[in-house]
Amino acid sequence: MHQQTFQKPVNDLHKKPLLINALRSGLPDNAILSSEEALRPYECDALSAYRELPLLVVLPETIEQVQAVITACASLEVPVVARGAGTGLSGGALPLSNGVVLSLAKFTRILGIDQLNRTACVQPGVRNLAISEAAAPYGLYYAPDPSSQIACSIGGNVAENSGGVHCLKYGLTVHNIQQLKVVTIGGDILTLGGSGFDGAGYDLLALMCGSEGMLGIIVEITVKLLPKPEYAQLIMAAFDDLAKAGKAVGDILAAGIVPAGLEMMDNLAIRASEAYVNAGYPTDAAAILLCELDGCSAEVRQQIQKVQAVLQQAGATSQRISADDAERELLWKGRKAAFPAVGRISPDYYCMDGTIPRRQLPYVLQRISELSGEYGLPVANVFHAGDGNLHPLILYDANIQGELQKAEELGGKILEICVEVGGTITGEHGVGVEKINQMCVQFSPLALQQFHAVKQAFDPQQLLNPGKAVPSLHRCAELGAMHVHGGKLPFPDLERF
Amino acid sequence: MSDITQQLQAQVQRAFQANNPLLIRGGGSKFFYGNACDGEVFAAGEHRGIIEYEPKELVITARAGTPLKDIESTLAQHGQMLAFEPPYFGLAATLGGTIACGFSGPRRPFAGSARDFVLGCKVLTGKGEVIEFGGKVIKNVAGYDVSRLMAGALGTLGVILEVSLKVLPVPEAETTLAIAAHTNEAIDIMNARAGQPLPLSGAVYDGEAVVMRFSSTELGIKELRKKIAGDELKQGPEFWRQVKEQQHFFFANDMPLWRLSLAPATLPLGLPGSWLFDWGGALRWLKTDASPRDVRDAVAAEGGHATLFKHREFWERQQPYCVFHPLPSALMAIHQKLKTAFDPAKILNRHRLYEDRI
Repeated sequence: MHQQTFQKPVNDLHKKPLLINALRSGLPDNAILSSEEALRPYECDALSAYRELPLLVVLPETIEQVQAVITACASLEVPVVARGAGTGLSGGALPLSNGVVLSLAKFTRILGIDQLNRTACVQPGVRNLAISEAAAPYGLYYAPDPSSQIACSIGGNVAENSGGVHCLKYGLTVHNIQQLKVVTIGGDILTLGGSGFDGAGYDLLALMCGSEGMLGIIVEITVKLLPKPEYAQLIMAAFDDLAKAGKAVGDILAAGIVPAGLEMMDNLAIRASEAYVNAGYPTDAAAILLCELDGCSAEVRQQIQKVQAVLQQAGATSQRISADDAERELLWKGRKAAFPAVGRISPDYYCMDGTIPRRQLPYVLQRISELSGEYGLPVANVFHAGDGNLHPLILYDANIQGELQKAEELGGKILEICVEVGGTITGEHGVGVEKINQMCVQFSPLALQQFHAVKQAFDPQQLLNPGKAVPSLHRCAELGAMHVHGGKLPFPDLERF
Repeated sequence: MSDITQQLQAQVQRAFQANNPLLIRGGGSKFFYGNACDGEVFAAGEHRGIIEYEPKELVITARAGTPLKDIESTLAQHGQMLAFEPPYFGLAATLGGTIACGFSGPRRPFAGSARDFVLGCKVLTGKGEVIEFGGKVIKNVAGYDVSRLMAGALGTLGVILEVSLKVLPVPEAETTLAIAAHTNEAIDIMNARAGQPLPLSGAVYDGEAVVMRFSSTELGIKELRKKIAGDELKQGPEFWRQVKEQQHFFFANDMPLWRLSLAPATLPLGLPGSWLFDWGGALRWLKTDASPRDVRDAVAAEGGHATLFKHREFWERQQPYCVFHPLPSALMAIHQKLKTAFDPAKILNRHRLYEDRI
């Protein structure tokens, strides 16, 4: 497996016994992991191409213990990497060799559900789906549904500002959080937001969402719950041309309809999915759209008719409407299983996460297809079409020397195209370590400098997940110079920081 | 249509060098809001014009001085709207002022707030640097979410130059229903309804009746009328406009007007004065001469916060106070550091949000 050291190797090993001593005054012994075999499971998150063993892993179970960990680490200047369920796709929870991994896995309690106020107060290690399950008896649910929702934790969702298939209508994590409790690097507890819909002063709640563990440790979350829609129906439309399908997406939105979900898959993804779950997808289609509408039944029925007409007009070759929830779920199943389905037809795949203005879709898909040919790596496209969020899946074989590097380079190029057409390098997976170089492409040096200043305001010693998400100007300058000298990085074996 | 970025930038750079505080002004419609502050008026309202609007993308980008009414009328031509239903408080209201104040109207609990719809912005920091944050696409998690931080920051972190917002289609049909109720009943009705799968888009209690708005398709509204009791208010749109713009008779006098942000189902607070509940009970307007301390203590006990929204002069002469809810010291320290990070000389709207340490 390809390994990559992300951090400057600092010889901080002498700090380990000091740190263990300091931690023991605030934590039970079994909450401190230090042997290599105990640390091993924490060496990576779901972006497993990047691995690093941390100095220590700590598993506090109370807020006071988190404060104790932070105080001990801050006094010895040891970096802290917060970790939820480890399902992140961008290496945000990649350990630092000289740092502590602060796992929030023991914070699994749902502290309360307030039916009348429609909120749930939960600890950060609670699984995303567990919130909706706990709210179900009240007819309520938590809307953001990243595809990892069975496993991912709500604390990680906040840190990454996770999305899902329903965010066009229901928003990202940032739109569905009402209050956060955060432990600062100074050991203080901040309450951000309020019991109502806003808090006093700057909107630090918004700033904390998607901050990738770089500004504070999230220890308690109050989420907004929504009433479960009365009725939902799904249309699957097939197209013989990707561009037509792409245009149909804009037509639906321009017709005044905001679908609950609006997804698109290309032929390779359709075939992989169909072979895996037999949802009844048309394997000869160039693309399919899945359009779900929800609301009260009369409203949904009326909108379904409208969408049908729009799709017809846009050149759909066939349309299938779910007759009941079982059929709707089956049609979704194909989409939701797209990643593992692709995993079955290729030894490995690398998932990208750019967002583009939807009108650029035909151009971007054309460019992806050209790059795919150039690199000799097939790309399957799964697309949150409604909000312009692309997930190209690059197929490769890690056992073939150099293929991972090729896949990563191709992925980087795809992200640069996203920026070129006015989009972004990450719609919902975060920057982490994975897309740190592309940050130099998307943001100006002034913007990056201002990001560092924001971090400085929260974390002057640079101890919270340092080196992630925002590249140093030095790094960008170095990469920028290399771009000028033509595409490929010279000295690929040199470590770059 | 004019881009005066360079002129504005030069002005801020000069002020930064001279340590000369600036009072940012767009259309002047919300000048009443915030703490008293002085400085040279910095007229940003001429920086205007819609830069990009593609209805199919559900995104509009415009310069901050663009009149809000121009934005809304342009969107309306394509059957779209700003779903956070921003109040104007005067026809001169600009896009920049709307976002800087972060105000949202009655649709807010059901559609989202001003900051929820911000996708990106270009700002002019107190150092005189022009920086773009966020983007023009609906999903974007690259970098810290500085553009949403600008919403409600009252220009204290930077002069907003450009904003990209998500927009939504105007609902096909709406209806407004009124049900007479006492305060406790009203809180129950509004929150019970908000917990049901209904297309609720507004819930106000004006002291006599709960007034609720529903937005759906024609058939959706027809079906709803069979399920939900209440008298249809023929002047529905006018009612919502009056509540949003504070032209409802409730707002008509010079008593200190407090804005209380609370969990929507919070039981009535034992404060004297008269009340109007918006946002299903989460936004409570209180007209009272009760002391700022009493108001804040009562609200803080419920985990909320209180802003002296209008008529601050009532208290100004008698005691030192802050228009905005005081922050715990650890949180205040971060506010001050953030302010310093964006505006080291504290020249932008000095003291308008919280007292700046110079």
